[in-house]
Amino acid sequence: MPEGQFANKQPITNEEALKHLLSDKGGKQYYAEMAELDVDTEKLWASIRKTCKSRTMTWLEICAHCGMCADSCFLYRCNDRDPEQVPAFKIQSTLGEMVRRKGQVDNAFMRRAMDYAWSRCTCCNRCGQFCPHGIDMGVMFSYLRGLLYAQGFVPWELKIGAGMHRVYRAQMDVTTEDWVDTCEWMAEENSEEWPGLEIPVDLEDADIMYTLNAREPKHYPEDVAEAAILFHLAGEKWTVPSKGWEQTSLSLFAGDWEACRMNVEEVYGAIERLRPKRVIGTECGHAHRATVIEGPYWAGRPDGKPPVEYIHYVEWVAEALRTGKIKIDPAKKIREKVTLQDSCNYVRNHGLGKFTREIISYIVEDGYFVEMGPNREYNYCCGGGGGFNGVGMYRPQRNVALKTKRDQILATGAKLVIAPCHNCWDAIRDLEEEYEIGIRWSFLKPLLISMAIVPEHLKPQEEDE
Amino acid sequence: MADVYSFLTGPCFIVSLAVFFGGLLFRFVRYFYGLDWRLERVAYRPWLGDGIKGGVHSAFKWLIPFGTYGWRAQPFFTVCFVLFHAGAVLVPLFLIGHNVILEETFGFSLPAMPQPLADVLVAATIMGAFFIVLRRIALAEVRILTTWYDYFILALATVPFVTGFIARLHVGNYDFWLLCHIISGELMLILAPFTKLSHIVLYFASRWQLGADYAIKRGGHRRGDCFPW
Repeated sequence: MPEGQFANKQPITNEEALKHLLSDKGGKQYYAEMAELDVDTEKLWASIRKTCKSRTMTWLEICAHCGMCADSCFLYRCNDRDPEQVPAFKIQSTLGEMVRRKGQVDNAFMRRAMDYAWSRCTCCNRCGQFCPHGIDMGVMFSYLRGLLYAQGFVPWELKIGAGMHRVYRAQMDVTTEDWVDTCEWMAEENSEEWPGLEIPVDLEDADIMYTLNAREPKHYPEDVAEAAILFHLAGEKWTVPSKGWEQTSLSLFAGDWEACRMNVEEVYGAIERLRPKRVIGTECGHAHRATVIEGPYWAGRPDGKPPVEYIHYVEWVAEALRTGKIKIDPAKKIREKVTLQDSCNYVRNHGLGKFTREIISYIVEDGYFVEMGPNREYNYCCGGGGGFNGVGMYRPQRNVALKTKRDQILATGAKLVIAPCHNCWDAIRDLEEEYEIGIRWSFLKPLLISMAIVPEHLKPQEEDE
Repeated sequence: MADVYSFLTGPCFIVSLAVFFGGLLFRFVRYFYGLDWRLERVAYRPWLGDGIKGGVHSAFKWLIPFGTYGWRAQPFFTVCFVLFHAGAVLVPLFLIGHNVILEETFGFSLPAMPQPLADVLVAATIMGAFFIVLRRIALAEVRILTTWYDYFILALATVPFVTGFIARLHVGNYDFWLLCHIISGELMLILAPFTKLSHIVLYFASRWQLGADYAIKRGGHRRGDCFPW
């Protein structure tokens, strides 16, 4: 079958198609159609020739097959050191083979490549740190995902996710109206406890524009309120855009580069419209990757930088604590063993580990913070990165993948895990559900609110009765 | 016999060196020529200074035995690697016998290392190669990656050392082993640019690129110094 009604080479571009694909529960028919989907080998080879240049070709060619990458990969380690989980094997037997065969591959090859690209690599980039030749297989798997996506070989949820970005410019069906309503609702809901609390929408020339993850307004609106409370506490002049507020990119996980561009241009459009001094993104790893690290390139910006300074939430929190904009009540500091999850996307891939540790120094009493081993740039993926958390078909593999983080956390002896990243937060929640090791996990925002000293003028006034 | 010898150390030697240096230079230049800031998503030009610093740091840090987190994680392989590469790089360049031919052919030569040191280095190279083969066979995670091409490359690089060492020790027929040494050495020189041996230069290119990638895009100044390899 050349093209199915669900599994095909066309991206989702309108609401109707999106709802239609969503109606195929769990992608049952989608995957059945995919088993018959033709590979457009000419288009595949043309695409490889156009995009697989010097760096990737050299990586594929000079790999010494030394196996030093094996131990670097958490999926290799937690799958009983299965040789088929060695990063070099995974990429050589998929992308490498595809290039060697000049794109002449069949449906079975593509489906196997899809399994490898989305269930055997989270694009955490750790293997690149262990390869003597500097071969970053995470980067290559991300590239492979793009080739597979263009041919229709992508997990159902991620085709939907990329479609969401194309239709709503958000990873979930949150419209501008929904979003603005949520802001108003949250400001009102918390106004009694926090008099004067506002969530200013489309304020021009603010000091800060805040961007976030669609699941915050969709499923965790209190997260939006918490961000507002902390900006309020810190006395910041801030705003959120009515359009261009969604910072994440499931299209990055899907390999839909066009959707990636569309989404990031929406965010940069908001920056140009509202002219904030700087932008702060929420506690999310891949959102930061998508908008601050990779985004400028998708938008074709030659300097590789966003239009204005664009920082991660942890950078702002560290600054707010350092400058005293937010003060922590010493009596409320954490006094139990606590550990910290380093998100691959902004620690390994953007060097922000020092900021999270600076935050720890303010909110955790000396002697209670326990590092995971290894940590910072060398930390392991939470087990659910790169879209792994969201793909139903790969849930069993994902659950195995959580073992690495489980064991790392158990070794610290901590019962509280600070996870300033949505994906990591989910993975740690799921590992507790799956393995019941008796831990709690948290973003920074609720911890900070519970510990911050509230200045008198921001406290609710006593009723004059 | 003398004719064959003078042909191999004369015109053939010159051609081998020309292919080796010309070919590797071509591959090195072509690597950088083929880099594309949009495809790799690394803004090389606007941040060239950072890129050079991070890239050079990344290439040189990995040349230090046990100098990186990665090397320290694999002590056995690191020892094999160092044993093999130290002699493989230094002996061909600084062996007194080679430099005599260089002097005769081109009228210049490099400093020569003491012969006992060369002997030790060559022995280490052969031992290193032996352990690398053992490791390839013994470890499942390396075995699954290994192809005949990997053994061919290892042989291509090691046979000149084995034959040269036999000749040097005067075991068996000296002329025969010397001839084998010259032929295998020149074969290695000629094939290097066209095979995985091109890593002689592409190592520096590829390592530079990843170091530059981290310095320009993936952290750079936010990390403070260079990436903690």
